[in-house]
Amino acid sequence: MTVNRRRFVKGMVAGLLAARVSAGAQEPTQLSQRYTRYRIWDAHSHLEALQGTTPLERMEILVRHMDKLGVERLMLSQGFGQYEYHPTPEQVRIENDRVMEAVRHFPDRAYGSLYLSPGDVESSLKEFDRCIRDGPMVMIGELETDIRCNSPALDPLVERAISLNVPILQHTWTVSNGDGPGESTPLDLVELARRHPRGQFICGHTGGNWELGIRAIRETKNICAEIAGSDPTSGFTEMAVRELGAERVVYGSDVGGRSFASQIAKVLGAEISDKEKELILGGNLRRLLQPVLKTKGLPT
Amino acid sequence: MIDTNVHLFRYPFRRLFGDDPPELVVQLRKKGVTQAWAGSFEAPFCRDVSGVNDRLAAACREHGAGFLIPFGCVNPKSPDWEEDLRRCHEEHRMPGIRLYPNYHGYSLEDSAFAKLLSLAESRKLIVQIARSIEDIRTQFPLMLVPPASPGPLSKLLPQFPSLKIVLLNGGGWAGEDAPGMKELRNAGNVYWDIAMNEGVGGLDRLVAATSPSRVVFGSHYPFFYLESALLKVQSSDLTPGQVQAVLEGNANSLLKNL
Repeated sequence: MTVNRRRFVKGMVAGLLAARVSAGAQEPTQLSQRYTRYRIWDAHSHLEALQGTTPLERMEILVRHMDKLGVERLMLSQGFGQYEYHPTPEQVRIENDRVMEAVRHFPDRAYGSLYLSPGDVESSLKEFDRCIRDGPMVMIGELETDIRCNSPALDPLVERAISLNVPILQHTWTVSNGDGPGESTPLDLVELARRHPRGQFICGHTGGNWELGIRAIRETKNICAEIAGSDPTSGFTEMAVRELGAERVVYGSDVGGRSFASQIAKVLGAEISDKEKELILGGNLRRLLQPVLKTKGLPT
Repeated sequence: MIDTNVHLFRYPFRRLFGDDPPELVVQLRKKGVTQAWAGSFEAPFCRDVSGVNDRLAAACREHGAGFLIPFGCVNPKSPDWEEDLRRCHEEHRMPGIRLYPNYHGYSLEDSAFAKLLSLAESRKLIVQIARSIEDIRTQFPLMLVPPASPGPLSKLLPQFPSLKIVLLNGGGWAGEDAPGMKELRNAGNVYWDIAMNEGVGGLDRLVAATSPSRVVFGSHYPFFYLESALLKVQSSDLTPGQVQAVLEGNANSLLKNL
């Protein structure tokens, strides 16, 4: 990361020198230091909404933008192809192959995260074994298809994940104008997590309506709140830290549909301590992944 | 750095850090903002728009004279709205107005809206149109307000060639490709802020699709973390000259052309 970080700082200073057009603006060095002193690991990214016809081309774009804001590593999952609510086993397999291909080109910048169709338990378990047990992936998610995550159908998948200390990123939204068909909510994830107290769960988007999502998961200690994929609404991160503790808050972006900028801002702009920012921007995710990375001999 | 998209006072459904005017000024200055175009969070929700504008102007004078530039609200569906427009211009000396069509219940096809544009043009006022304030998916469930549809605006523009329009929060989730957006991007007198511009390289795409001279820095602070807009600029591929234009130059040009 040293080279990338150096490149980032250089670019940031150059940009800010250009941007420093008014009296009273902060000094470039102050800002560049502020934005680069964290090891940023992103729990939630996709190959969607990017130019490029191959996983390599799209990953190159992501890496270029990661460098601009000092993002060290992504957890990369599905999204290259068109979203399917009920993907076939073949579609799931193709998506995971694309992710593994992208990661293969940038092994120091991304880890693969497994896409599954939980309604098809047998195929999902095979895919878990292919991509995680016997392959390079280190995490499950973003799970967002097929069935709501409180379904018992997920139990075998969770048990398999627990056996290898693999965290699970579950998509959740509580949509004010009506949840999508089969869309999981934070309360659904609470049901699942309480059935599996040894599992480690990440509540993707914290339900979007984060004031509700944070409350929903508050008492279920094996769920972390994840801040990706919603507008950079002020107060999100502060409330999560206040109610859950910084150790249970994880940064993710949901790129390429979202930007690194808007999502990192939720942490950098929050009225919390530097130590808390460090945990949220990467420390917590590295802690969650440490067992599986250690097993696989991969760096944290 | 000129922030063209700031609100004073309280948002009704959430306390925001910086929703107290003195604190807002402190925070904006701390983050490098040298001028902020301020609307009022009372404006979308209060029927006494005249009172809203009085309080906005007074707060800007008291807490940030020369720093907070008030943009009053006019609701063209409200009786005697023309008087509100006059007061904004003549009494409060505002350089522009900020509209909330979706909250005030009119479409951009409404004849009252066209009349408002005409009068604003004759007074050489900047017209900011807030396409939305909050993602409908996270709004308070008893008050869901879909974003305004910008399509009709593109048909009106030829009637008002000297009018300067700033579309706030226009590049949001599922907003960039909404009907009418393409025509608006090509219109020479429509400006875009970046608060809800999204995606990897989103600002670069917006500038490419519009013009480097028609994109302005707008953060939607304090509703959004200001760092979001700041990081979009800092992580863009824009040239130093384009960065300067977005951060300050284009907004200054809008003010100078009044």
